[in-house]
Amino acid sequence: MNSVNSGIRKKDAMALVTGQPVYTDDIAPPECLVVKVVRSPYAHALIEEIDQTAALKVPGIVCILTYEDVPDQRYTTAGQAYPEFSPYDRLILDQRMRFIGDAAAIIAGESEKAVDRAMKLLKIAYRVLEPILDLRQAKDSDIVIHPEDDWRALVEVGGDPKRNLVASSMDAMGDVDAALAACDFTVERTYRTKANQQAMMETFRTYTYLDAFGRLNVVSSTQVPFHVRRILSNGLDIPKSRIRVIKPRMGGGFGAKQTAVSEPYPAIVTLKTGRPAKIVYTREESQIASSPRHEMEVKVRVGADKQGVIRAIDMHALSNAGAFGDHGPTTVGLTGHKTIPLYARAEAFRFSYDVVYTNHMAAGAYRGYGATQGVFALESAVNELADQLGMDPAAIRELNMLRSGDVMPAYYGETLNSCALDKCMATAKKMMDWDEKFPARDMGNGKVRGVGVAMNMQGSGISHVDTAAISIKVNDDGFYSLMTGAADMGTGCDTTLAQIAADCLGCDVDNIIVHGVDTDISPYDTGSYASSTAYVTGMAVVKTCESLIERIRKEGAGALDCGYEETEFDGSRVSCLKEQKSITLKNLANQAMCGNETALFATESHYSPISPPPFMVGMAEVEVDMETGQIELIDYVGVVDCGTPINPNLCKVQAEGGLAQGIGMALYEDIVYSEKGKNYSNSFMQYKIPTRLDVGNIRVELESSYEESGPFGAKSIGEVVISTPPPAIAAAIYNATQVRIRELPITGEKVFLGMKENE
Amino acid sequence: MVIKMWLNGKLIEDVIDADTLLLDFVRKHGCYSVKRGCETANCGLCTVLLDEKPVLSCSVLAARAAERRVETLEGVREEAEEFGGFLADQGAEQCGFCSPGFIINVLAMSKELEAPSEDEIKAYLSGNLCRCTGYMGQLRAIKSYLDQKKAVVS
Repeated sequence: MNSVNSGIRKKDAMALVTGQPVYTDDIAPPECLVVKVVRSPYAHALIEEIDQTAALKVPGIVCILTYEDVPDQRYTTAGQAYPEFSPYDRLILDQRMRFIGDAAAIIAGESEKAVDRAMKLLKIAYRVLEPILDLRQAKDSDIVIHPEDDWRALVEVGGDPKRNLVASSMDAMGDVDAALAACDFTVERTYRTKANQQAMMETFRTYTYLDAFGRLNVVSSTQVPFHVRRILSNGLDIPKSRIRVIKPRMGGGFGAKQTAVSEPYPAIVTLKTGRPAKIVYTREESQIASSPRHEMEVKVRVGADKQGVIRAIDMHALSNAGAFGDHGPTTVGLTGHKTIPLYARAEAFRFSYDVVYTNHMAAGAYRGYGATQGVFALESAVNELADQLGMDPAAIRELNMLRSGDVMPAYYGETLNSCALDKCMATAKKMMDWDEKFPARDMGNGKVRGVGVAMNMQGSGISHVDTAAISIKVNDDGFYSLMTGAADMGTGCDTTLAQIAADCLGCDVDNIIVHGVDTDISPYDTGSYASSTAYVTGMAVVKTCESLIERIRKEGAGALDCGYEETEFDGSRVSCLKEQKSITLKNLANQAMCGNETALFATESHYSPISPPPFMVGMAEVEVDMETGQIELIDYVGVVDCGTPINPNLCKVQAEGGLAQGIGMALYEDIVYSEKGKNYSNSFMQYKIPTRLDVGNIRVELESSYEESGPFGAKSIGEVVISTPPPAIAAAIYNATQVRIRELPITGEKVFLGMKENE
Repeated sequence: MVIKMWLNGKLIEDVIDADTLLLDFVRKHGCYSVKRGCETANCGLCTVLLDEKPVLSCSVLAARAAERRVETLEGVREEAEEFGGFLADQGAEQCGFCSPGFIINVLAMSKELEAPSEDEIKAYLSGNLCRCTGYMGQLRAIKSYLDQKKAVVS
């Protein structure tokens, strides 16, 4: 009976593939008011007057809310453990507009048509202000984006709103300038990444209603139900005890739904009107007023000696938070902390950063969470360094890479216990036929094929912070209910947690039903983010099963009239070792439901003082048309060390899917603004996520290490898989064309212009 | 206006606004499998069969479907389960939000193309976006499904 490490179907699979109505919008009651947000046409402005007269006359309009109607209490919509590192800098509706798409008013009505009509008739007079649209001009600008007095930071992270600073800090070891000066070879470069969109297929959506107790029930597609409860309590100024959050099946998240993007709007409408209310974001809203990746400019200095040993790394990240600071102070930390440790021989490093406000939409959490931007920068710089040294970029990594037992000074001094990065590299080289293909091959038809490599790490949960509890109860006939507060967003954690429980309890996975998140019922979980669920929540499952087995044995000992120490539970029966007596779990469970005072129920909580990194090596093969610069991705190889894969099928699909997103970031997904700050990449017509014709052939293998502190040796998989494509593809394109592109995405046009310049 | 159509084999009649989209019409009539992923005919999530041909229901007026036959995943449950099983065996339904439109198009493809090559499969389904899987698991599922169908026929 081994559920762990087997590729069983997800428990909800057949419901999903037969199109059952299980998502938020499918189950919303038809009587919900339609809620929409009127959005600012200006990047920076003050609302001077709102004339509701005409809009209110539209038949079916129930309420129009403006900044005068919301609690005067700043909060953050970032889904993080309390106290949040993100500043409390928002109101549900504010008089100041801080980006094109910022919420100016909320309209609720009986039908979409009525609301659409009212939105056109609502007259808002704005005083237009000069915006800051370039992240490089934000710090210490004369224009201040958050001049308000009630801006507040719960945690000191170096923020100063008067300077447009969300956060600013530095971390270092040794004398990095001296170490770099002593290097035989150094590279100093700047790399830029865009505010990429998660683009999950299900846009943001929420419905709300008051229940029989007058409490606000919030049904929402969210990765962070417990945080949403606190966020709404803060924003709406009502007690947390008045709020219940329920998460149905979700159509993807990738971090986007780690911010309470849509929840406040129907919630305030329901509170004001007492009526059920629903908001469904359009794709356009999801593109222009959501929670994308932080745009970054990362400067890297990296140096090596003649042998190729990397001696020093210096990174400075400038991160664009946009209009609000959600996830700003935390994402940027990963830019250095989850990249610099990869090169374990360095004797000095420095990592500094500024996170700034600008008049673009606020950024948030996107898979990789700041590490992705850092990986593009550092891995690209190492590729450039290898080129200077005349070294194979795979070899320079093999020489310098982190290995099991290494202490990671740039990763909070943690010691690395499990690492198969070397095996990942060896396997990737074999799969790609690297030694044959590196650096490039002229195909003889005007096209050249190049290969490139990158490696990366992530974490498994946030050490000392992420907390997960699991409850399991025994029901009639001995089936189990597993209750979790971790949000399955399509990744399959409702199934993988049951797989862990099945092996702990010695039963079939079908004997365990899983109850997804309802904050009234589920035990606390920080939520599904930071690659925490398999590792942190998974360990909570292990601990809970241990407690539950104790209880089952105690109950069995009573029923068999035998000492606890003499009992054994094998998954289906409790036996008394001394007297050859036993009772089945079925009988025990049924007896426990009649004249009994022991609850066959256990709940345990878990957090981890460490965050063991999973690893990946990615290799790309591209073909470039030397006449036009057109790029075709031919092959992408990814080899992951996620520890023990709880469900190898789901791990593999996570990896393939993450790589496809990384490929999109590398080659296609561009964010283009007008000079006034309008985001032109506001639909899937303009923002091109890859189709199945655009991803080439993605091939994934797992090289598992064993992480002692994780459930059955597991680490995380969700985020590590996204980050290698930008640097690996950039290097492959360089090897084919001798053109270095240091700003994503890498388009044929940029390559063409680069080739012209080289001529 | 009043329209009549066969929705999943059942004749229905309804009064609609002239600008009602087929997508909203079928959801109103309980076909919740049909999803909207964009408003620009780019994602393929809303794919339904109109007289057995796959169309984007976000880009078809309900009135256009008058007197015609519309099928959604609800109407082809057995086939959906059959192919869906292959998808589930790869773990490639993931969030499942794109699955209905994708499966409708896979079923249409398997009727329209005989022994399609990998390139033909990718081209036929290129309008069906998926953000979770990277498409590889979907391709494995399609190949196993087509192989099994071929085995059954021979």
